[in-house]
Amino acid sequence: MSSFCQQLINGLALGSIYALIALGYTMVYGVLRFINFAHSDVLMLGAFAAYFLASPVAHIFSPESYSGAAVVIVLSSAICAVLGMLIERLAYRPLRNRPKLTVLITAIGVSLFIEYTCQHHSVFGAETRRFPQLLPQENIQIAGLSVDSTDIMVLIVTALLLAGLWFIVQRTRTGTAMRAVAFNERAAALMGININHIISFTFGLGSALAAVAGIFYAMRAPGIDPLMGVQPGLRAFTAAVVGGIGNLPGAALGGLLLGLLETFAGGMPGISNYRDGIAFAILILILLFKPAGLLGKAQVEKV
Amino acid sequence: MFNGAKRWLLLAVAAALVVSHFSSQFNRYYLGIALDVGINIILAVSLNLINGHTGQFSLGHAGFMAVGAYAAAKFTLVFSPQVEQSLPPALQPFFFLFALILGGLVAAVVGLAVGVPSLRLRGDYLAIVTLGFGEIIRVVFQNMESVGAASGLKNIPAFTNLFWVWSWAAVTVFVVGCLVHSTYGRGFIAVHDDEVAASAMGINPTRYKVTAFVVGAFFAGIAGGLYAHHKQFISPTGFDFMKSIDIVVMVILGGMGRTAGVICAAILLTLLPEFLRGFADYRMIVYSLLIIGLMMARPQGLFTFGRAGKPVGQ
Repeated sequence: MSSFCQQLINGLALGSIYALIALGYTMVYGVLRFINFAHSDVLMLGAFAAYFLASPVAHIFSPESYSGAAVVIVLSSAICAVLGMLIERLAYRPLRNRPKLTVLITAIGVSLFIEYTCQHHSVFGAETRRFPQLLPQENIQIAGLSVDSTDIMVLIVTALLLAGLWFIVQRTRTGTAMRAVAFNERAAALMGININHIISFTFGLGSALAAVAGIFYAMRAPGIDPLMGVQPGLRAFTAAVVGGIGNLPGAALGGLLLGLLETFAGGMPGISNYRDGIAFAILILILLFKPAGLLGKAQVEKV
Repeated sequence: MFNGAKRWLLLAVAAALVVSHFSSQFNRYYLGIALDVGINIILAVSLNLINGHTGQFSLGHAGFMAVGAYAAAKFTLVFSPQVEQSLPPALQPFFFLFALILGGLVAAVVGLAVGVPSLRLRGDYLAIVTLGFGEIIRVVFQNMESVGAASGLKNIPAFTNLFWVWSWAAVTVFVVGCLVHSTYGRGFIAVHDDEVAASAMGINPTRYKVTAFVVGAFFAGIAGGLYAHHKQFISPTGFDFMKSIDIVVMVILGGMGRTAGVICAAILLTLLPEFLRGFADYRMIVYSLLIIGLMMARPQGLFTFGRAGKPVGQ
């Protein structure tokens, strides 16, 4: 029983990380109707930003302090937000009204470009680096369970970020504009909404969330390397599709589901070898039987 | 047209046979490159039938190549010793031909199994699902003990020579060309141009898509078999997403649905890393920039002369 609860907390923590990444996929799909392949690389860049910021920040604040970790996370998110906007400005905006496939192929190109540029020995190199300890590592004893404090942190921060995102999307003018653009871009433009600003903001917001997720992912993983974003990115994309692409609560729910599934499946012998295939299998099944996702609405295609 | 095409095919096979006869005179390094070029032409032209002519963007071509490679290699590894004792030397080549076609057919069956459910999807979802199937195929091979799991298959007999590779390349170009230029094959183009209009005209888009997928998978399987008996070693990692991207880049560079352009691109992209020293470090960076640049400036491909090529995904 206690091991089950520990697995549960583990799965929820992993799921929250997927949820944060999935939100970025879903938001961008909402406003632009395409899959931002490079999103998983923004997550990797967030982890690397934290890696390089960790030691200067540790000099100013005491090492392994919560305030220091918060500064690292905020700075990395800001860096990634700028990078996300830059990617959109340079690669996607010129293709705004082109066929969807053209944009998808470009997105794959951007993703490969970031990965292989970072793998080059003059940038980060391909080898795995040990991620610095940002937070004090301790085991908290709750009702006979020993829980990793990082997992608890991840859960709390994710909950706060989800609440913040909900507030931005539902209660601010910018959020209203985002929803308007997702609903009907042309009508939104006629109502005086600056489409370019809103799309840029969406990319920035999604990338900042991805950066936080990347740092949390790096804390739990043995190390970081330029291809570290690929697997979590794919799982999170699957999560976004499971929840219904373009649907924010769906993305969060899908992320938690996938994190739990992966944690419990990884504990089973025989299945754990197929871990890389599991997310894809789920994705394919969902797309074939419920393409709109669990919380999405089916749409009729107009000709 | 048809007679002319047949004559060209026979000519190409004859030329391959003659050149192959003298292949012991050639430098082994260049011979290897010539084989690589031929195999990549088969891969690119067959993917072009799916991505270019039919407009169904597939990112899982390496998966079908893997299926063909493993099926053919396993077959020759198991039966090669017995065949050497029992078959007369004159019939030996037919044994390899049989192995290749077996690999192609297994790949085609997998293509059918993948294509029937997934081709109901369109555009970017189809791309993602084919990517997923390609990765699932790789993961399955990684866990199959009978084909060496993660360590792969070693000591595959080196049956592949110039004759086989270039004959198959000629056959691939011939079959894809004749398909597209036939009455039936106009259906592929129709599905590419406008699915809704095509189905209103009585063409069943799903059937055409599946046909293109199965034919493409068959030739990818053949290419896999040739590759396995050329390198003499295969492992699951050699058929990952990046391999699919390599083939996709050839098709995009050559121009979607332009067989001649795709052949040029396959030759160019195979020779480039060989003749540019130190290019290996930058190869994928250059490829990715190439993809982005082409999509922005020339979505119809580089090697499209005369008639305008077809832009991607319309």
